[in-house]
Amino acid sequence: MKNVVLGMLLLIVTFSTQAQEKKNKNAKYTIEVNGNCEQCQRRIQKAAYSVIGVKSAIWNVETHQLSLILNEEKSSLLDVKNAIAKAGHDVNDVKATKEAYEKLPNCCLYERK
Amino acid sequence: MKKITLFLMLVISSITYSQVKLDTVKIVNTKKGIRKSIKTIANTSIVSSKELLKAACCNLAESFETNPSIDVNFSDALTGTKQIKMLGLTSPYLMITEENIPSIRGASQAYGLSFTPGTWVESIQITKGAGSVVNGYESISGQINTELIKPMKDVPFFLNLYGASDSRFELNTHFNNKVSNHWATSLYLHGNERSVKNDMNHDGFLDNPLGKQVNMVNRWQYSNPETGWVSFINFKYMQDDKQTGQLDFDKNRDKLTTNYWGSEINTNRFDFTSKVGYLFKDMPYQSIGFQNAYSNHNQDSYFGLNQYTIKQQSYYSNLIFNSIINNTMHKFVTGLNFTYDKYAEFVNLEDVSRIDNSVGGFFEYTYDNNDKFSLILGGRVDYHNRLGVFATPRIHVRYNPWEKAVLRFSAGRGKRAANIYAENQNLFASSRTFSVLDTNGKIYGLNPEIAWNYGFSFTQNFLMFGKAADITLDVYRTDFQNQAIVDLFQSAQEVLFYNLKGKSYANSFQLDFNYEIIKHLNLRTAYKYYDISTDYLSGTYQRPLQAKHRFFGNLEYETHIKSKGKQWKFDYTLNWLGKQQLPNTSSNPIVDRLPEFSPSFAVMNMQITKTFSSVFELYIGGENIGNYRQDKAILGANNPFGPTFDTSIIYAPVFGQMYYAGLRYKLK
Repeated sequence: MKNVVLGMLLLIVTFSTQAQEKKNKNAKYTIEVNGNCEQCQRRIQKAAYSVIGVKSAIWNVETHQLSLILNEEKSSLLDVKNAIAKAGHDVNDVKATKEAYEKLPNCCLYERK
Repeated sequence: MKKITLFLMLVISSITYSQVKLDTVKIVNTKKGIRKSIKTIANTSIVSSKELLKAACCNLAESFETNPSIDVNFSDALTGTKQIKMLGLTSPYLMITEENIPSIRGASQAYGLSFTPGTWVESIQITKGAGSVVNGYESISGQINTELIKPMKDVPFFLNLYGASDSRFELNTHFNNKVSNHWATSLYLHGNERSVKNDMNHDGFLDNPLGKQVNMVNRWQYSNPETGWVSFINFKYMQDDKQTGQLDFDKNRDKLTTNYWGSEINTNRFDFTSKVGYLFKDMPYQSIGFQNAYSNHNQDSYFGLNQYTIKQQSYYSNLIFNSIINNTMHKFVTGLNFTYDKYAEFVNLEDVSRIDNSVGGFFEYTYDNNDKFSLILGGRVDYHNRLGVFATPRIHVRYNPWEKAVLRFSAGRGKRAANIYAENQNLFASSRTFSVLDTNGKIYGLNPEIAWNYGFSFTQNFLMFGKAADITLDVYRTDFQNQAIVDLFQSAQEVLFYNLKGKSYANSFQLDFNYEIIKHLNLRTAYKYYDISTDYLSGTYQRPLQAKHRFFGNLEYETHIKSKGKQWKFDYTLNWLGKQQLPNTSSNPIVDRLPEFSPSFAVMNMQITKTFSSVFELYIGGENIGNYRQDKAILGANNPFGPTFDTSIIYAPVFGQMYYAGLRYKLK
């Protein structure tokens, strides 16, 4: 039965490596995103997922860290940062516009640095 | 690192609904015994080991007594085993799995729940309605999955002793060893015995069977977060012997004679299960798992002059692949499974043996917008040598319309081969003749059972006087397209089996209200209404031995945990059952007739636990403390080989009040 598993594995691994050039299809990043509450969590994750190529986006309410898995063939980390900033949440090096920030729901009006 | 290990373990242990369970795992630390997350898509509640301790005795069958989703029947006088029901349907219509491998199927249907000791159980997930397609097509009204304690998380030594006034004694010992960083193993030994004859109602018959069970499991768990490989390997062996019947019955002298009426049910069972899983390192959302199970179940029994033996050799295999489409909002699980069941079955020496096999593929898609809405769409196609080629579609939807509220809907189809003798073997302990009226079907002459289940559930959590409360409304319907009808209405001297002609449905309605009255004092209540109607040859009746109205209440109180973990816990459960339709006994002489409906009654259980420290606790409790007893538990008890003898019509406790005490000791 191990053979079957191995076989399946091989199949999947070859599948996923086939088209690979140099760009990583499963690039992992952790970035800091400003926000406060669970509502922000939904907003931030939604914004991240709106970028094609984002496979997984989990924002931690306590640490404010956003863990990303990104297909870099389809988009870059900067695309994700821009999308989040557009939703009103500051990312370490990409800031939201004043208008976007002011449109945030009350609980998400984090203190701007 | 720890997180990764936990995650890995989860993936393997919860391949079904893996996405869903991840949500619920976060709340492991909450103190509630029964948890229901508003984020799970299916209508699933999780019963923790803490809740299981409230019913101190003794095996899986008895661990649902404090749970409103499941109705526990009264053990019949004969076997002492309790049957469970969900949405008003008995356990053959449920899919019962152990660590997501189907465990109670076919030959083990009648007594299987009593073959898992309660102390082995870590948690139980109960899903109302259709359920997932990952483990098969057989579930109709619900799924119950039991997770055993994981070797990686186990304590080095555990001891549990139990004794009860019905002269049942139990011993559980657990040993655990972390062999290396990646390997851990547990060895669990269970023994129980009842060696004293009880006849509280003076009908000349034992109220509980004499019995002896030896049960052991050896589990191995492998987990390597660096490589992503995880595995579980289990070996189980069980031997269970029961004897019942008249007090004067001597099995060596009177077996299969008319000297005295007696019965023996001897079962042994061997199980081997294995799971191997791989979690892709760069893609934590992707995994592959392979489950394999082999079991050999062997039951040798006689009931008076009726002889019944069944041997089932079963092989089950499931290959599962979990991944995403674009991103983790769109997940899927797909795979293949295969089952093989070889039955050697003899009913009064008539050979009804058969071989069943099936192969199938499934695909289940989960959409979760990480907010208010999620959905599971599942389907499978199977080929079965007796059920043919068929599709099993299922859907679950969850929506949070506003704060702290959840609305759920589910629908799905189930199909199964009814093992009419194994599932109804309690009827052998009567003078009824068995007749199967149909001959064209492929399963004992009958056609497969097919049913659709639809359900709707709404939960609202809120604060009442500053304390947490919740209210849930569940409405479910099961519609049978075909059913293997077990007809007890024709006469008291026969049981007929035939394909459904006409309508058969089960409607259920349940209203739950739970409230934390003051700190540490919790109330759980439920009202249940069942309308389970079937067209029999002699007319349309409610399903026998099923109360239309039921009320459930549970009150638990705990003191503050003092230094070194000192604590008192109190628990009280009330079950009220309305009148129940009884089988037709009008063909009997007046003394051996029962009314058309049973009276309504209530049964109360209670338990007190004293924790002396985090390693030692004592408990005492009582079951049926109101001492309610069914009169005429056995019809025709005076003449057990006569035409009116019947031990199967049990609507209330046979044994009166029962008290027990036990201890638990842990070495940390």
